[in-house]
Amino acid sequence: MRRLFLISVPYLWLLALFVVPFLIVLKISLSDTALAIPPYMPTLGFSEGWAGIKQFFADLDFENFVFLTEDDLYWKAYLSSLQIAAISTLLTLLVGYPVAYGMAMAPDEWRPTLMMLVILPFWTSFLIRVYSWIGILSQEGFLNQFLLWTGLISEPLMILNTKIAVYIGIIYTYLPFMILPIYAALEKLDGSLLEAAEDLGCSRLSAFWLVTIPLSKSGIIAGSFLVFIPALGEFVIPSLLGGSGTLMIGKVLWEEFFSNRDWPVASAVAVVLLLILIIPIILFQRNEQKEREKDQ
Amino acid sequence: MAQTVFAPWEDPNEKPLIQFKNVTKRFGDFTAIDNLSQDIYTREFFALLGPSGCGKTTMMRMLAGFENPTEGQILIAGQDMAHVPPNERAVNMMFQSYALFPHLSVWENIAFGLKRMKMPTDQLTNRVEEMLRLTRLTKFAKRKPHQISGGQRQRVALARSLARAPKLLLLDEPLGALDKKLREETQFELMDIQEKTGTTFVIVTHDQEEAMTVASRVAVMDEGRIMQVATPAKIYEEPNSVYVADFIGDVNIIQGKAQKTSADGYDIHWADGHEPFHAKTSLGLADGQTGFIAIRPEKITVSADKPEGAMNAVKGQIVDIAYLGNMSTYHVKIPGGLVIKAQAANTRRLSRRAFTWEDEVWLSWTLTAGSVLSE
Amino acid sequence: MRRFTWFNATALTLGFAFLYLPMLILVIYSFNASKLVTVWAGFSTKWYGELINNDAFLDAAWVTVQVGVVSSTFATVLGTMAAYVLVRVGRFPGRTLFSGMIYAPLVMPEVITGLSLLLLFIGIGLDRGIFTIILAHTTFSMCYVSVVVSSRLVSFDKSLEEAALDLGCSPFTAFRLVTLPIIAPAVISGWLLAFTLSLDDLVIASFTAGPSATTLPIKIFSAVRLGVSPEINALSTIMIGIVAVGVITASIVSKRAAVKQQQDEQAAARAT
Repeated sequence: MRRLFLISVPYLWLLALFVVPFLIVLKISLSDTALAIPPYMPTLGFSEGWAGIKQFFADLDFENFVFLTEDDLYWKAYLSSLQIAAISTLLTLLVGYPVAYGMAMAPDEWRPTLMMLVILPFWTSFLIRVYSWIGILSQEGFLNQFLLWTGLISEPLMILNTKIAVYIGIIYTYLPFMILPIYAALEKLDGSLLEAAEDLGCSRLSAFWLVTIPLSKSGIIAGSFLVFIPALGEFVIPSLLGGSGTLMIGKVLWEEFFSNRDWPVASAVAVVLLLILIIPIILFQRNEQKEREKDQ
Repeated sequence: MAQTVFAPWEDPNEKPLIQFKNVTKRFGDFTAIDNLSQDIYTREFFALLGPSGCGKTTMMRMLAGFENPTEGQILIAGQDMAHVPPNERAVNMMFQSYALFPHLSVWENIAFGLKRMKMPTDQLTNRVEEMLRLTRLTKFAKRKPHQISGGQRQRVALARSLARAPKLLLLDEPLGALDKKLREETQFELMDIQEKTGTTFVIVTHDQEEAMTVASRVAVMDEGRIMQVATPAKIYEEPNSVYVADFIGDVNIIQGKAQKTSADGYDIHWADGHEPFHAKTSLGLADGQTGFIAIRPEKITVSADKPEGAMNAVKGQIVDIAYLGNMSTYHVKIPGGLVIKAQAANTRRLSRRAFTWEDEVWLSWTLTAGSVLSE
Repeated sequence: MRRFTWFNATALTLGFAFLYLPMLILVIYSFNASKLVTVWAGFSTKWYGELINNDAFLDAAWVTVQVGVVSSTFATVLGTMAAYVLVRVGRFPGRTLFSGMIYAPLVMPEVITGLSLLLLFIGIGLDRGIFTIILAHTTFSMCYVSVVVSSRLVSFDKSLEEAALDLGCSPFTAFRLVTLPIIAPAVISGWLLAFTLSLDDLVIASFTAGPSATTLPIKIFSAVRLGVSPEINALSTIMIGIVAVGVITASIVSKRAAVKQQQDEQAAARAT
């Protein structure tokens, strides 16, 4: 009895507020746009009994999904999102790995502090962290002021409202997600392995390539997915730093819903985004599973 | 002293405290306990001994109420325990990990079970103090578990489980986490406390020395079954199977064909062209049946010449000597290639010892030194 | 042997400079007297003064705190229950779906979570406001809580609970007297995580908030869309300050506790 209560409360909560809403999204993505409240057709009514339900299902179709393929805005947005997420994941890895490596090599007594320094930004508002870059990247911002002062450039660069700003924003906000799993993998690394590699004739650099990198692979994979997955559906960063020229699917969905009030198309956009996300999510889960099995 | 030997299991009028009746316990496809029946009596110190996975822990967890038998019945004081949850059993358990509550002091840990009984405060305080005295922990009452040593933690766990004055105390590998010296001291302490409180103890252990030291009876288990239940001496001297003989202490097993020579006398033909070994047993073996002689190393005499009138004697060559300080174990290869271990006390200094490697020696033992086993 | 080289030192310095410089600039320029955010015109606290008098921001902050406290409390209760079910209750019908529902919201894009909840609220005719934001935040943050708590429960020595049962506790009393006090640090960090996520959330709140309730992130977002403003800098500085003080205090407290425990254990080792 107690067990039933324990299971059913969180179970029903998640069913009602996670699964059911998603089924509604799925259903609306198959409906037609209408100038009504709610702005879609058909609505499920039980007043007409069985025939009404049959009619309801007959009215559902894949029209919105066909529309997504026809209007090149959408597939361009998907492709651009994938590209931006992939490039920024790679860049985050390039920035994050040396930091994680440095942390793992640091003296023991520094580590708790370094850990705290990596986690601290995570507790700070995401929005504020993204916002802080507007003042830096804008035409009259600090970066341009600095570059002009050094004489490297003679005219201010256009960085804000370009893809570059979005890359910087993603690297900046998701860096801790990359550093932490890599650090966790590197910290477990037995220092005598590197000594053994050098003893067996590796140079320090080749020992790094042949021993350190392969043994931190799981951390690299975990970190990359932790950046890639949320970056793909990102909304705040492209809308604050990317300007109108940067297409990302999270932003398109938002605008489709709030500006165009086209709920069925917004829902279809969401369903496709989720389908794209399933692949990296499954790969990520596999990686985690493998790690857990190794630990046992 | 006219003290009667404590042996309630031999008294047909004695009622057992615990009865396992055809108990089977399965976890999925795995059978942990296989149709097991066993009685345990009040005031006994009963040891369940066996390798890991033999089912000893499952038996204990069924007594505590953390597992229920798949088939069969467990009775405690005549009551079927099938639907009695752990918190309503007059049984307490001392956990292998001690399971001391880390957020409570030693005092609060011991009082924990008493508070659940709604014991009045003054009575509770007395009881806790009594337990602290019994386990010599009074000085440490205010400490938290992580502030005391391993041996002290062990005593807190014991005090906590004894505080409720259970009919039955279960001890799961109670001394496993202690080092050897402390373990030996604690074994006697445990026996002392068991005697003082008069509680029935059931102990689970894989350490045969521990079981032999503390227990009134030892049950040797293997693969969910009890192989033999007897007093420590009997288990050691009269094992009922090769498995038990082998599990308890060091033993030589000589396999051969049995031949009956008198009412209880047998010859074991162990190698062609050699004189058979002679032994006595009440076990009925058919002629030609495979039989084993199990003989402990310390019951074999090593000598340079063939001893006069020895019932069993065989010549061999020393292949190894293990010097153990107070005694030495000689590994002697006898015809047919079998290596027999024989122990001799080192009553002389090393330099004056009689035998060394590759010496030819005679091994001999008496008619009753070995046990004859059929399996 | 680990070797801490100049390369490692450079990587750490540059990495942490990258992480902290933008926030540092934000803090410094919140004290700028000029309205022009990139030109330093002397020290001033006037933007803090304007912030305090800005009722719209104060109202939004109040809504945000209410949502945060209520939703993270619900999320902690539900998330702890879910963690207990995941770790302790063996098989039951629909277990796979259950663990799927716990982990899926962690990787679900916020725009989708927000959209789907909004469509649900409209579908059942629920007026949007504080209540709907609380429902939405509870739902996604309970999953984070359950991940934090279940990782603690996995390493929890089950024999402690069994010992409590053995000593006469009912299962619920055993949870209350033994399990909960021991996993309390994880439950508290779960609450803090849920609270932070709630304070931080823009996207889901934007979908589920109605005209009657605006949270601080929504307010900030609509302000910064127009560009940098010194008032937002001041607000950001206050928020960064609160977080920094909180996290640093927490880490000092937990470090002290760890050191104390270590000393106690050493003392115990000597006592034997």
